[in-house]
Amino acid sequence: MNDMRTLILDTAERIFRDLCDQALVDKAEKGEWPAGLWQTLEDSGLTQASVPEERGGAGGTIGDGLYFLKTSGRYAAPLPLAETLIAGVLLAEAGADVPAGPLTIAPVRAGEVIEFRDGTLSGTASRVPFAHAAAAIVVATSAGLAIVDPKAVRIERDKSMAGEPRDTVIFDGASATIVGKVPAGRVWQLGALVRSVQMAGALEGILAMSVQYVQDRKQFGRTLSKFQAVQQSLAAMAGQVAAASSAADTAIEATEAGDPGVSIAVAKARVGEAAGIAAELAHQAHGAIGFTHEYALHQFTRRLWAWRDEFGGEPYWQAEIGRQVAKAGADNLWKFASRT
Amino acid sequence: MTTALTYPPRTLGPEQEAMRAEVRAFLQKEYAAGGFGRGQEAMARYDLEFSRRWGQAGFIGITWPKQYGGRGLTFLDRYVVTEEALAAGAPVGAHWVADRQSGPLLLKYGTEEQRQRFLPRIVAGEAFFCIGMSEPDSGSDLASVRMSATRTDGGWLLNGTKLWTSLAHICHYMIALVRTSPVNPDNRHEGMSQMIVDLKAPGVEVRPVYNLSGEHHFNQEVFTDYFVPDENVVGEIGAGWEQVMSELAYERSGPERILSTFQTLVELVRQVGDDPSEVEARAIGRLTAHLMTLRGMSVSVAGMLADGKMPVTEAALVKDVGTNYCKEVPEVARLICPPEDGAGSNSRYEKMLRTATLIAPSLTIQGGTREILRGMIARGLGLR
Repeated sequence: MNDMRTLILDTAERIFRDLCDQALVDKAEKGEWPAGLWQTLEDSGLTQASVPEERGGAGGTIGDGLYFLKTSGRYAAPLPLAETLIAGVLLAEAGADVPAGPLTIAPVRAGEVIEFRDGTLSGTASRVPFAHAAAAIVVATSAGLAIVDPKAVRIERDKSMAGEPRDTVIFDGASATIVGKVPAGRVWQLGALVRSVQMAGALEGILAMSVQYVQDRKQFGRTLSKFQAVQQSLAAMAGQVAAASSAADTAIEATEAGDPGVSIAVAKARVGEAAGIAAELAHQAHGAIGFTHEYALHQFTRRLWAWRDEFGGEPYWQAEIGRQVAKAGADNLWKFASRT
Repeated sequence: MTTALTYPPRTLGPEQEAMRAEVRAFLQKEYAAGGFGRGQEAMARYDLEFSRRWGQAGFIGITWPKQYGGRGLTFLDRYVVTEEALAAGAPVGAHWVADRQSGPLLLKYGTEEQRQRFLPRIVAGEAFFCIGMSEPDSGSDLASVRMSATRTDGGWLLNGTKLWTSLAHICHYMIALVRTSPVNPDNRHEGMSQMIVDLKAPGVEVRPVYNLSGEHHFNQEVFTDYFVPDENVVGEIGAGWEQVMSELAYERSGPERILSTFQTLVELVRQVGDDPSEVEARAIGRLTAHLMTLRGMSVSVAGMLADGKMPVTEAALVKDVGTNYCKEVPEVARLICPPEDGAGSNSRYEKMLRTATLIAPSLTIQGGTREILRGMIARGLGLR
């Protein structure tokens, strides 16, 4: 890891540790915007780590921004950091300047189209993350990329099961300017990548919480960690978490190298599967306390359950990989799997 | 806060890809000439002539110094060689243990005389080794080995039994873990030593133990006053436990732990064809995603070994996740593409599916059971 990345991740770790605690996440889920946390991250250049300086960012690589997101996942950070990263990357790729503040992207659901005609938008995008809280919505329209002011559109608020805003945005009649091009499927692909990375972070978080919990909690006169059944269960969880983290890191590195290939599909499929298994094991390890609102585990597991289905769940990406494998043919399976 | 085990992605360099091209060219030529038939759990399948040709082509002991016939290359180069052989389903069983762990053990703990005596013959595919660890009453609990070595003039006399020894019947040598002093109840790891056993010498009887499908893969070896000369003691007397543990680090995370049922997946893909249904596409996509992830982790561990690290827990985790994946492949395949269902029972797919189903139980037992591995992972997490 280079010095720039070490600095970014150390800074992020420190900020999240100091500011992003259970109470902050709780308030955010109830609708209170965590302005202080956002401002601190933005002032440190972390919210647009991957955008070139001349476009308004910190001048890091896409890998810098993605590893920062992984760290944010370990703290269940209740902010549109992933969406801001995607919006920034899309705008920078299109040759446009990136506005300050929290950003989001639309549409995020398969099959939804926002039409652009004669300077005006039409169409509805559902489940748009943090739309009402964003400074700008970056919209991949039928004619290219547009920056839309959330105040200029109608927004119906809703939430994911993680308590994160997932709003319906009705663009009908809003005026917009096209600032550049966006390749078909780009938002979806970046969406799958960021959710994989966030989930990998959250998975590391619940493993650490579970390990800590079973070392603290005593039953039958000894800590839970002394029971082989508990040890075996956490070891199985560690396997899922390690696989998820590895798949996410591989997708980050491949994206950084400019050739993601099938790695994002593999990451979303593998991490999504690990999310379900590991969340189940984490709750089992925690017993009843983990099922209460008082204890923080749910802040991570509800995010895992929500994120795994966004931008294509496991079936979507498994089928995508499967069709590519079938097309390559049985005798090329090894070349496909070893990417050689 | 405890952190998860990490597997930093490791990109193989141009040297490794050049090595891959060399291995692929050799394997393609061999296969085309009828030099081997593709199979599964390649390390259990052997062909003495194939191993000789493999050694003569320079693919055994490639990390070993040139003075012993090796090529002085890295663990990553070795990784590429082994994964290509396994992916091709080549019969690498005969030389497998000597290449993977006996040679490295001799390099680390052996005498110069032992290295010169054995390594060049291993490299040439002419000396095959097996693992003499397990015994009838000593499986996962390796510290309970009972085979005794008692001091005699110029060496040691072995008495006892080794069990589950893969391919002992075709191997020339075994590296046996023996007790050179009685058990110390306060430290059961004391008093063990490793010795090279010539399986063709008198005093040892190799008996077959047939596996559940009736195949001869395992053996039992009964030692009666078997003489081991001093020059065949590996490392220090009494340091056997520590030596064995370092040996196991090489054993656990290799490509063999993720590719044991790969040919079933290959034939499943063939069976499904180029226009899969949604359900078929999901199934082969899922199995491929698992395989690619595991390979990334396994390469990462090879990279750690290349960097001189001892990733014992990381390797145990790859073996645990990898072997469970290997077992899942035939179970998924039979549901997606049911056998006895029109493809013809002699189809290659059905043959691979049957073999994979029959070898599956062994995968999470050999080289450390699931329970032992998960205990190691738990220790790595700080739980014990």
